[in-house]
Amino acid sequence: MLRFTLKRLFSLALSLIAASVVIFFGIEIIPGDAARLMLGINATQDAVDALRVQLGLDQSMVARYFDWASGLLRGDFGTSYTYRVPVAEMMQGRVWVSLPLALYALLLSTLIAFPIGIIAAARRGSWADWLVMGGTQLGVAIPNFWFAMIMVQILALKYQFFTAGGFPGWEDPALALKALTLPAFALALPQASILARVMRSSLLDTLSEDFMRTARAKGRSRRGALVNHALRNAMIPVLTIIGLQFSFLIAGAIIIERIFFLPGLGSMIFTAIRQRDLIVVESAVMLLVFAVIIVTFLVDITYALVDPRLRRRR
Amino acid sequence: MNLLEIEGLKLNIGAAEILHDVSLDVKRGEITAVIGESGSGKSMTAYCVNQLLPRGAVAAGHLRFDGQDMLGLDEAALCRIRGRDIGMVFQEPMSALNPVQTIGAQVAETVLIHRAAGKAEAMAIARETLNRVGLPEAAFPLGRYPHELSGGQRQRVVIAMAIALRPRLLIADEPTTALDVTTQAQILTLLKRLVAEDGMGLLLISHDLGVVADVADRIVIMRKGAVVEQGSREEIFAHMRHPYTRMLFEASSHVPARRAGAKDVPILEVRGLVRDYTLPKASFFGHAPKFRAVSGVSFALKKGESLGLVGESGCGKSTLTRAILGLEAAQGGSILINGQEVRAGHLVPRHLRRNMQVVFQDPYGSFNPRHKVARLVAEPFHLLDDAPKGAARSEAVVMALEAVGMVAADADKYIHEFSGGQRQRIAIARALIIRPELIILDEAVSALDVSIRAQILDLLAALSERFGLSYLFISHDLSVVRAITDRVLVMRAGEIVEEGLTEEVFNNPTHPYTRALIDAAPKLEELMQ
Repeated sequence: MLRFTLKRLFSLALSLIAASVVIFFGIEIIPGDAARLMLGINATQDAVDALRVQLGLDQSMVARYFDWASGLLRGDFGTSYTYRVPVAEMMQGRVWVSLPLALYALLLSTLIAFPIGIIAAARRGSWADWLVMGGTQLGVAIPNFWFAMIMVQILALKYQFFTAGGFPGWEDPALALKALTLPAFALALPQASILARVMRSSLLDTLSEDFMRTARAKGRSRRGALVNHALRNAMIPVLTIIGLQFSFLIAGAIIIERIFFLPGLGSMIFTAIRQRDLIVVESAVMLLVFAVIIVTFLVDITYALVDPRLRRRR
Repeated sequence: MNLLEIEGLKLNIGAAEILHDVSLDVKRGEITAVIGESGSGKSMTAYCVNQLLPRGAVAAGHLRFDGQDMLGLDEAALCRIRGRDIGMVFQEPMSALNPVQTIGAQVAETVLIHRAAGKAEAMAIARETLNRVGLPEAAFPLGRYPHELSGGQRQRVVIAMAIALRPRLLIADEPTTALDVTTQAQILTLLKRLVAEDGMGLLLISHDLGVVADVADRIVIMRKGAVVEQGSREEIFAHMRHPYTRMLFEASSHVPARRAGAKDVPILEVRGLVRDYTLPKASFFGHAPKFRAVSGVSFALKKGESLGLVGESGCGKSTLTRAILGLEAAQGGSILINGQEVRAGHLVPRHLRRNMQVVFQDPYGSFNPRHKVARLVAEPFHLLDDAPKGAARSEAVVMALEAVGMVAADADKYIHEFSGGQRQRIAIARALIIRPELIILDEAVSALDVSIRAQILDLLAALSERFGLSYLFISHDLSVVRAITDRVLVMRAGEIVEEGLTEEVFNNPTHPYTRALIDAAPKLEELMQ
């Protein structure tokens, strides 16, 4: 298991290096000049050139890559072209909105999906199964911002259980969590629908395995066999989906961030792209990629914990 | 009072009656074997005993276990009996164990479910039971996972789970069907020993008369959901009153009429063939280790000859086949087809490939279910440069189908409309359509019922004569190889250990491994004499 973990760590480092190269050069080859964009169409060529030197844009691409990459290692993400403040500073506050929001949504999604997926599989063909399948079909089809609007209408505006938007900061954690609750639910509902369906079908596959019959022949009840033998075996596809969902949630929440006026990473990246603030885009994307690679690593480790057959291989 | 008394048992699934008035007994300390072909209801009878029936199945009649009426019990009561009083062993040891739990935990589970002991004691019982079934602690600690064991070892674990609480009745559903002959013999010996030691009754389900002939005290023959004949082993073997019983016996040891017509020209020659597989690397920078699946195999197959290749699973016979078929390149040696050499590192080229066709074991998995039979059978035409088109193509399909005893109308059907035996005929038609000189039969009759198997063997013998075909007949089943081949190769651990005329090898095996294989194989003929 230790050997497996070390191997995965090594490939994690390689992935990060590869990702940084792709992100940096991918964005650099997009045409358009940040200095020209910042100064506007009427600026003189001299002024633009001066700014280019100031921003380091006159250096070669490779030199700038190493500059940027070594900065990343020191926690220096460079300085925003537009706002002239360190990117790290810009991101810091926003990470502490986006990351908790993603984790909160994922937790909710899992808490909703697991029980209903398991019930649907255990009572296949019953009214409960029918209800879960119908409900999750709707949940997958309806976009999350619709849920957001409905919840704001009812829970925030009509009954005023929650605020309709904004983020008070983490000075009072209870208040912060409360502010994130509606957005997290809106994000979680479509994800939970997908996860519940995956849980159901994976569990159904496992329930028809031979070893389930073995467990019943040993004297396990239907339920006991499901809990003791089926669940763990059904987890692999579910874990894969959870990993993918986290990656989506951490940066894909832009519409929800807008609806609830949350100062998250999604909104920041959106603004930076519009303003051609490439250094912000690169650093933010790198951060997201880092998060996704870490999650993939954790999912891989969990795979091996769940299934002993995976520990030896790879 | 017998341990298990079944009287007038009926089983309905939906509107269909699966079992009709089945009656049989199992006595304490005795082995009752239920024999039948697929669809005979033998497994369903077994599952009625511990009431592990598919959804919607309703059993009626009398089924008394130790005087208790099993059909009247509720689920909770059944759960108390299953595993404690009635143990069960299954056909597929590869999938009967939970892959994510240790063998110790799975054997101890039987004890823990029934609260027969605390956790530590349950583990001690698991250890002792694993020792009993021949898995000693030194090599098989409780922390082993199923994937670290071979098929035979896994079956021992399944047996340990079933007998951990010393049940009064053990049900074994085709316990050796998925195993090699030598392993099969060991498992049967083990079961017999456990029955004698614990005085339990054993209900042994099998399709193979040879397997149970050695061990059974009573034999029940079933067909289409009904018992056709039953009695003590001696009675059954001595009289065989029912024609179906006689047919089963004859089909099991069927030898098709064949004329030896081998010419002295080889169609296929294999010279010093080597096949290596690259294993996963142990470390990132190290060399990947290699596994030699076939090491320096040489043999020749003459035109019109039927050559057998026997060996147990993992001996390299399938790997060898894949190299000959040109699916994978060899790492050493060469293959000669009609005298033309294919060297190591090269795949067999198309113009040589069309001299060979193959029929695989699984008649269910080896066809694309979305294509009609006409398209499936015509598939090998892609090996020809001037494949017939239109009417000529359909005509060729019909001819191939008729050659294997199917009819022209079958070309328009889909594969799921056919039984296993019919599918295997279609597979042979597919192999025949481009008139190859050599057909490789890779366990081609192993999945078939004995009566169907006898028909397919007759068909193969007739086709060989009619089209001058050569066969490379690969099988783990010695009696089949003996019935259909002229010469035989015995393969073990990637090497050919014995080669000779089939009758000579079977009568006077020289290599100890061949002798062990032949000794382990069930011998029906001797019992019948």
